[in-house]
Amino acid sequence: MENIGLNKVDLIFEKTDPKEVLTRAFRMSNDEIIQQILESGLKGRGGAGFPTGLKWKYTAAEKEPQKYIVCNADEGEPGTFKDREILDRVSYKVYGGMAIAGKAIGARNGIVYLRGEYRFLLPKLMKELGTFHTLIQEIGYDFKVNYCLGSGAYICGEESALFESIEGGRGEPRNKPPYPTTSGVFGKPTSINNVETLVTAMMIIHHGAANFNQLGTKDSRGSKVFSVSGDTPTPGIFELELGMTVQEFVNEFGDGDTKAVQVGGASGFCVPRKKFQSTIIGFEGVPTGGSMKLFNSSRSMYNVLHNYLDFFAEESCGQCTPCRVGCQQLLKGVEKVKKGEAKTTYLNELVKLADTMKIASKCGLGQSVGNAFRTIVENFREEIIY
Amino acid sequence: MMINLNINNQRISVPKGTTVLEAAKKLNINIPTLCNHPDLCVAGNCRVCVVEQTGARTLIAACAMPVSEGMDIHTNTLKVRNARKHIVELLLSEHKADCTKCYKNQKCELQALANEFAFGDSIFLDLVEDHSYTIDRSSPAFIKDDSKCIRCQRCVRTCAELQHITAIAVSNKGAHMKISSFHERPMSHVVCTSCGQCVNRCPTGALVEKTYIDQVWDAIYDTDKHVVVQTAPAVRVALGEDLGYDPGERVTGKMVTALRQLGFDSVLDTDFSADLTIMEEGTELLTRLKKVLVDGDKKTAIPMFTSCSPAWIKFVEHKYPEFLPNISTCKSPQQMFGALAKTYFAQIKKIDPSKIVSVSIMPCTAKKYEADRPEMRASGYKDIDYVLTTRELAVMVKQAGIDFINLEPSNYDSIMGDSTGAAVIFGATGGVMEAALRTAYEIVTGREVPFKNLNIMPVRGMEGVKEASVKIEGCTPDWKFLEGVELKVAIAHGLTNANRIMRLVRQGKSSYHFIEIMACPGGCIGGGGQPIPTSLEIRNKRMKAIYSEDEHMVLRKSHENPEVIAIYRDFLGKPNSHVSHELLHTHYVEREAY
Amino acid sequence: MYHVGNLVKDLSDKHGRAKESLLPILQGIVEKHNYLTDEAMVEVARELDISAAEVYGTASFYTFLDTQVRGKYVIRVCKTITCSMKGKGEIIQIIEDMLKIKVGETTSDKMFSLIETNCIGWCHKAPAMLINEIPYTELTPEKIVEIIKGYIQK
Repeated sequence: MENIGLNKVDLIFEKTDPKEVLTRAFRMSNDEIIQQILESGLKGRGGAGFPTGLKWKYTAAEKEPQKYIVCNADEGEPGTFKDREILDRVSYKVYGGMAIAGKAIGARNGIVYLRGEYRFLLPKLMKELGTFHTLIQEIGYDFKVNYCLGSGAYICGEESALFESIEGGRGEPRNKPPYPTTSGVFGKPTSINNVETLVTAMMIIHHGAANFNQLGTKDSRGSKVFSVSGDTPTPGIFELELGMTVQEFVNEFGDGDTKAVQVGGASGFCVPRKKFQSTIIGFEGVPTGGSMKLFNSSRSMYNVLHNYLDFFAEESCGQCTPCRVGCQQLLKGVEKVKKGEAKTTYLNELVKLADTMKIASKCGLGQSVGNAFRTIVENFREEIIY
Repeated sequence: MMINLNINNQRISVPKGTTVLEAAKKLNINIPTLCNHPDLCVAGNCRVCVVEQTGARTLIAACAMPVSEGMDIHTNTLKVRNARKHIVELLLSEHKADCTKCYKNQKCELQALANEFAFGDSIFLDLVEDHSYTIDRSSPAFIKDDSKCIRCQRCVRTCAELQHITAIAVSNKGAHMKISSFHERPMSHVVCTSCGQCVNRCPTGALVEKTYIDQVWDAIYDTDKHVVVQTAPAVRVALGEDLGYDPGERVTGKMVTALRQLGFDSVLDTDFSADLTIMEEGTELLTRLKKVLVDGDKKTAIPMFTSCSPAWIKFVEHKYPEFLPNISTCKSPQQMFGALAKTYFAQIKKIDPSKIVSVSIMPCTAKKYEADRPEMRASGYKDIDYVLTTRELAVMVKQAGIDFINLEPSNYDSIMGDSTGAAVIFGATGGVMEAALRTAYEIVTGREVPFKNLNIMPVRGMEGVKEASVKIEGCTPDWKFLEGVELKVAIAHGLTNANRIMRLVRQGKSSYHFIEIMACPGGCIGGGGQPIPTSLEIRNKRMKAIYSEDEHMVLRKSHENPEVIAIYRDFLGKPNSHVSHELLHTHYVEREAY
Repeated sequence: MYHVGNLVKDLSDKHGRAKESLLPILQGIVEKHNYLTDEAMVEVARELDISAAEVYGTASFYTFLDTQVRGKYVIRVCKTITCSMKGKGEIIQIIEDMLKIKVGETTSDKMFSLIETNCIGWCHKAPAMLINEIPYTELTPEKIVEIIKGYIQK
């Protein structure tokens, strides 16, 4: 197991001349761009971690002439706020990344789906978009970006739910296949990428794939922006090389009394102190879209679990049985156990339910509820029971 | 392109695009489903049909997953069975399971799944109280009971895809997700046609018809009352399905015997008034055509639309009120019958009309709404007191312990029990048109319609919108103005198809003279009150039975019905007479469009 | 005499009348009126030629497209774990005391509504809240009083 240690990186927010990068990118062929991204080993930075190069390759291969590049700016995973910072500080790189992606896959239209909670950013973002459009025109590339605004629905961060929302419907995830690369927004081939992924892609084109894939581990190449919050003296966003252990992370960001780290938000994994050393932050260990929450010994893990379950019961789209009803059963179930109204063995039954949700739910939300549930119940059982 | 895959270690080759569910069916492997329905698009939300695909991270929904080359599927592993058990138990935890009191007891798909997969105690908590469910009884046609809803969304897909209305939609999210009318308004106060197609497809007791079985029993047992019952054409080819028969069996004679054994005083036939409708409506059409073609009357509305489908009427009242003048002023056969039962029938049989209770057996839920319309009191009393669906009649037959299969068939009573083949085909889409043409053509030319055996094939079948034209030649002197006219007709069934025609008419692109619209897919044989389940296959079988019933009748043209001839001679005078207008014609009301 | 139909028509002229115009139109109405009245939803149905039930069904999915009455200033306090840990409970209590309403309610003068909402993306500066679209972070009892007073005076 490679161990990198904690290394700070400055890639995402580094000052860059978009004209230079984009002019060079547009001189590359579609295949060359995709090749660079594949070589870099870049995986999606929103949490799901799909190899970006492959996603662009599949979309590029589709014969349908009308295609889309969608930027998923519906950052809603509890504890994640890095996309907001990225948009606020370097929106031109987001647009630039979209334009490069558009070139690679053959899309002339880009859509940024911005969560409603970030609506206050829109005037600034639109102004900067105007500047970007002028630049693109100067360079001579036909690419236009439009904004779609969310209205308060975590599930719209799920790719197919996001498409449904753009199309004017409820954010209910679709059946897959077909996958977005074949049939995405408006039924057209779509590459949907996270804000950070797009910026990273642009920086890879800028600096070259080799620079990027030298960092990180075999399965988690490069660096990532982390959102750190909770019981930490230094909350905020930090760009770090992938592949550190949780222990190294806690050494840097903990308050000296860290008993658990929730990696990946409510749909992520709870790592207890005894596993800090043996857990890698990366796609081979615990993957994350960037959300890192530290809990010290004053915190009740029951409260944490309850908070997450309450969150899911509210934010689930409600269409599929395991998630809609399962979330309610898990929530009310732990309440009963805590109050002593149900036997402690009931927790074991609830874990089995969470396992069913993992394999039978229609989308990633229902499939992920079990992550936090299992890891918190397994590692902090006494706090749930007593 | 063919795809090869294995299901439960059995190899099969199917066309690309086939779902795992469909492929399994070809191997006679049964995968349970709930949100899936043959008439509707795939949903994939209940997750009951999950199966194991070797190598996949999660289970897959068989109804939504297309087959792929080399796929290896197992439908009944321990993993799958455990997941199914959980899923059914989760559904039950949100569901008010008062099966012994529920109308869908023994006919509920959730109940059937529970019997198979969730036998015994569930570990899950009862969530029913947390939801504070409501029951909407505002409509005279159906009841919406949210406590039984399993959120399969079949009703929503039906109302949107088949009927183009979307009176109900999915609302809220998470634990609060439910099926709602516009802002939870009572169903009687929203744009809903009462067609009952949602009721036909609801797997549980969440959507059922409003039943009047108890009231009808009360009337039957009341020795003071004379209870008259009429039966719609489409009932006789479907009633059997709820009483042990396969779809497509004609059970007319046994139905009549059963009704008598139930205690109805006079067992009569809606088909009689269907023949009457043809006389009235045929005359009305010819009158309009004369006004347009001879008098050049710009105010007379053409095309003329049929008016026997009350859900269609309500649809026009909401969405296309500017075309209300185009709708035939004729009442539906049900309502014509009702008006006559308490006037003509009462007079002839010397029964005090205030003592007559008029019941109809209908394949329809909208007829319950129609009977309640305030203007339907031409007789001086409520013309139709109670409407029972085909399903409700089957319940009554069972309640009375009647051994239906072994009954001797019998004939209807008179004086409103005689009918022709033209009447019985009202039950199928295209039937009213065919019946009208058989009579109108003969009236105008003195000859039978130029179709073999009087079977006007172009207007028949399940095509959503059908067109036909009949050249009128060799007219008798009275009808010379129609000489050479190419009578253009259209037929549509299901409100989505009705909407397609109305769009054309609204845009001025229609050249039709006469249009038949039935609100339900297949016409009345697919009505909201017919036995459940429904599918294209079942509706086709019922339709075949309707035309078979027609072929076996002695008289096949409405104007030949001796009881119809008698009622004009003795009571009405002639079609569209003053008396006819008083009793057999009606008006319509503009309603909110959204 | 003001009629919401005019607003709906203007928004439809701006965003179009296709299905994908629905959310921008509803957002536009909420921006002006803070929530969607039945009348507004019916007008949208009419303008887009879709059913009122579908408009309602879609609107009610989104937390910010309220179909029940909301005040001029909608205060959404984050209740997800970090804000919860960092003192959202106290913030709620202070606002409830100041405005004399409980969570989920609107003041009788229709000025303020108090709602709890899920993670708004300011975890490093918890506790946080939105008033309409404006975020307020690193809230303390003193700060909250200042902010609310500021709105009351508007």
